[in-house]
Amino acid sequence: MLRDQDRIFTNLYGMHDWRLAGARARGDWDGTKEILRKGRDWIIEEMKNSGLRGRGGAGFPTGVKWSFMPKTIGDRPHYLVVNADEGEPGTCKDREIMRFDPHKLVEGCLIASFAMGAHACYIYIRGEFFREAEHLQHAIDEAYAAGLVGKNACGSGWDFDVYIHRGGGAYICGEETALIESLEGKKGQPRLKPPFPAGVGLYGCPTTVNNVESIAVAPTILRRGAAWFGSLGRPKNTGTKIFCISGHVNEPCNVEEEMGIPLKELIEKHAGGVRGGWNNLLAVIPGGSSVPVLPKEICDNVLMDFDSLREVRSGLGTAAVIVMDKSTDLIRAITRLSRFYKHESCGQCTPCREGTGWMWRVMERMATGNATVEEIDMLEDVTRQVEGHTICALGDAAAWPIQGLIRHFRPELERRIKEYHSARSGRAA
Amino acid sequence: MPKLTIDGIEVEVPAGVTILQACETLGIEIPRFCYHERLQIAGNCRMCLVEVEKSPKPVASCAMPVADGMVVHTGSPMVEKARKGVMEFLLINHPLDCPICDQGGECDLQDQAIGYGFDRGRFSENKRAVKDKNFGPLIKTYMTRCIHCTRCIRFITEVAGVPELGATGRGENMEVGTYVEKALSSELSGNIIDLCPVGALTSKPFAFTARPWELRKTESIDVLDALGSNIRVDARGAAVMRVLPRINDDVNEEWLSDKSRFAYDGLQRQRLDTPYVRRDGRLQPASWQDAFAAIAARLNGVDGKRIAAIAGDLADCESMVALKDLTAALGSPNIDCRQDGAKLDASVRASYLFNTTVAGIEEADALLLIGTDPRREAAVLNARIRKRWLNGRFPIASVGPKVDLTYRYEWLGDEPRLLTDIAEAKHPFAEVLKGAQKPMLILGMGALARPDGAAVLAAARRLAETCGMVKDGWNGFNVLHLAAARVGGLDLGLVPGKGGRDVAGILAGAEKGDIEVVYLLGADEIDMDRLGKAFVIYQGHHGDAGAHRADVVLPGAAYTEKNATYVNTEGRAQETRLAVFPPGEAREDWKVLRALSEALGHRLPYDSLREVRERMLAVSRVFAHRDAVAAAEWGAFGTDGALDNAPFVSPIENFYMTDPISRASKTMAECTALFVAGNQRKTGTHG
Repeated sequence: MLRDQDRIFTNLYGMHDWRLAGARARGDWDGTKEILRKGRDWIIEEMKNSGLRGRGGAGFPTGVKWSFMPKTIGDRPHYLVVNADEGEPGTCKDREIMRFDPHKLVEGCLIASFAMGAHACYIYIRGEFFREAEHLQHAIDEAYAAGLVGKNACGSGWDFDVYIHRGGGAYICGEETALIESLEGKKGQPRLKPPFPAGVGLYGCPTTVNNVESIAVAPTILRRGAAWFGSLGRPKNTGTKIFCISGHVNEPCNVEEEMGIPLKELIEKHAGGVRGGWNNLLAVIPGGSSVPVLPKEICDNVLMDFDSLREVRSGLGTAAVIVMDKSTDLIRAITRLSRFYKHESCGQCTPCREGTGWMWRVMERMATGNATVEEIDMLEDVTRQVEGHTICALGDAAAWPIQGLIRHFRPELERRIKEYHSARSGRAA
Repeated sequence: MPKLTIDGIEVEVPAGVTILQACETLGIEIPRFCYHERLQIAGNCRMCLVEVEKSPKPVASCAMPVADGMVVHTGSPMVEKARKGVMEFLLINHPLDCPICDQGGECDLQDQAIGYGFDRGRFSENKRAVKDKNFGPLIKTYMTRCIHCTRCIRFITEVAGVPELGATGRGENMEVGTYVEKALSSELSGNIIDLCPVGALTSKPFAFTARPWELRKTESIDVLDALGSNIRVDARGAAVMRVLPRINDDVNEEWLSDKSRFAYDGLQRQRLDTPYVRRDGRLQPASWQDAFAAIAARLNGVDGKRIAAIAGDLADCESMVALKDLTAALGSPNIDCRQDGAKLDASVRASYLFNTTVAGIEEADALLLIGTDPRREAAVLNARIRKRWLNGRFPIASVGPKVDLTYRYEWLGDEPRLLTDIAEAKHPFAEVLKGAQKPMLILGMGALARPDGAAVLAAARRLAETCGMVKDGWNGFNVLHLAAARVGGLDLGLVPGKGGRDVAGILAGAEKGDIEVVYLLGADEIDMDRLGKAFVIYQGHHGDAGAHRADVVLPGAAYTEKNATYVNTEGRAQETRLAVFPPGEAREDWKVLRALSEALGHRLPYDSLREVRERMLAVSRVFAHRDAVAAAEWGAFGTDGALDNAPFVSPIENFYMTDPISRASKTMAECTALFVAGNQRKTGTHG
């Protein structure tokens, strides 16, 4: 279990002052100037050494991502874009950071922008996060007033501006290139890669898009050192992470924990255990709605980090743990997710546009049992036709929950089909 | 240059090309729907997926640049499976209505379904249906068939520059449309019909009239503007069923303006299919012999100086050379091909050509428009200017009508004196032109077809010279013509001979009675009231202004009905080909003149098309090379003089009706009512 002195988000529950004074008391904005003085290369190297992997879901090493930006600023300005369009069902970590620890994010924006040669940072915040945007704006205003950002930020000599842009609430705008499109005022549709944003991003300029949590942890990592962050968790899966535990647990919560904590320990220690006891557990979606569901047998032992969950063919994603006990109609639940992805598909590329609707409609029939056993295989095949064939990962995200369901709960699907048909033939007789 | 391996074949291609383009150099065809060479890459149909070694996922070949050492497989099981999957997805919501779909037979989806489709469906849910949109009188929509490739959106936005189309809605609810229902107002809108890979956008006038495989396809040239767009005329029986563009990168790329594409129904209406002779004040049908006899009787004893001939805007070179020879034989110096009175100088070829060439626009780095509205005067050429403009660093300014040209330009005003100001470096735009490596100007008929046209021409020449537009390897002096016949007429020397009268002189003479006989070769754009008591012979294909005034009407052939030569505004000689025969008694125009010459006792010395063309060649070497442009010698031209203060205006008030064919077209009448009469609200629910 994570020791209190190793916590980064010390106001995760909003018990203290979130404004500048409170943030300073918790150590934010402490020695920022000294960090900046150590230079861009040192910051990026330290981030690489910390082993921090992107907290937005894909888990790409943050330091490496920063290093993709051009070393010198050419005729095009560099931009940092912070992805605060937190839309993954089950996830509510960025919201808490912006509510209660906004200064961590603002300070992170300055450091990250400095490291990448960006004089401007845009925070693309989900439109529904109204109060959060207010808090964040207040924090930015405080930082400007205190000279922490703006011209000669923190006395470092670096000019830095930070802007908030409120999104319209489309899930797809959380995809980095769709977010850039949306920020430019266009329809939020993912762009083709290559070119990658580090080469051609916002307004055609070098851009890095990072998740709120990835940026917000950066100042603490740089203050306490990469070695400290790297000592937490497991190799290649280092540090701490905010887990969002929801569903059939006694005390749903957000909690910052060490990477690699066993799932069972996470649920029992922090969320008051599964409703009706561990044995009442049916399945867990460990990383937000887009990763495959895990049955109880796997949940018994699995560790919560990128590589461990990948080994069991799921993923850490955003670390949004959705717990479902045995009262859950799992097929219905996954059907609901399918509907979500059908609704949120941008419609740009064929497999996702057509496939999400098809999968959802078949899932609706599967939920009532009005299908055939062969259609389970067909559905699996359709998910494979969507997965990996699209511009962005939304197609994959729509396919994985269904694949997880079929992989682990096929007997349940078959049973429901049988029941449906026997009930009908019974009525007919 | 990166080296890569495609299907086991090593190939070296220029850096920056995509895998799909690299495959094409090897002749490997990659199926695609959204990709189009002349549009931006969208990468959304996912049909062009290929396998690239070391990439875990199949890669969209249309969007992926090649890299050194790449190993690509275009026919592996992974590729096959991916494409079949995409095809299945495209078909699940695509209606199976090929038997009643106008795209049938030339449908990309149909063709590729043969290769990647399955013989039965696994999709047992309800299909999507989408409400059709009203895009105006030219484009028929059937939006349920749409496969969301966004080619139409990209074309209208990028090439046409009229961003009226877009996608609304998300996921499977995404729809292509105008959001607020309206007719597409681009002059190039018809091209989205060709671009649409399925039957979602089809031609409204052509709807349900023919199947593509029933049509006889003839490669020809468009004559409804002076660009000479390359076209294909599709005909069935005696009727032209539709007109499509042909690819010619030097002229029209693969675009066609709406007038050229849709005016073909005018070829069926108001046609002159038999000779007429005016008797008792009324035109009465007559035989060729009677018509010729009537002409011969009237011409008998008339002094050549009292005879005049005017060649119209659609006249072909063969008939013009015959007309020239006939008038000369009759002893008349009064001949002119400049119906609109433009002060063009036939003696210096460079003075009346689009010297830069259409493709050359892409090399230019500054542009001055003078008295022209290229969007209405040559819509496809305007798209080329826009293409250059989109590439950046291309300052454009205009002295002339202030209109929306689909690109940004600096409007300097419309007073002719601005030309002198720029030439004398008193205007800031002179600096821009002088600073450019390859500056160009486009001089429109709005600047030349006016009493001070010769002075404007001289001023433009001076401007071109002082601003460095004419130098070794570059001629930036361009005249944009409106009539397909004009350059050919000037090349053949259809201008007044010694002591002869030009169009204004002919009209003045006819009014006063000095001109007794006027021969109109398809000339309809002059003021017929001014012909006074003159005896008018009209030879042409449509019962337009000229035929109404005529005393004898000789029925000729339209451009789809003859093998004829036209020289476009660049000076490029191109040929139309006979797609259908002229109606009734109508004949190819040079043959009419040849027959008439015999009846008049001045037999022209050619009996076959080959002999006429030899005669043309004797007049001008231009006709030695077809489909090519030769650089013209620069020289002194124009007449120095005072410039009038009257502003330059574009001669085209209605893009959709500029000649006898488009004026007879019902489709063009609908467009006129909608776009020119300016009542967009008439679309949609207003019935």
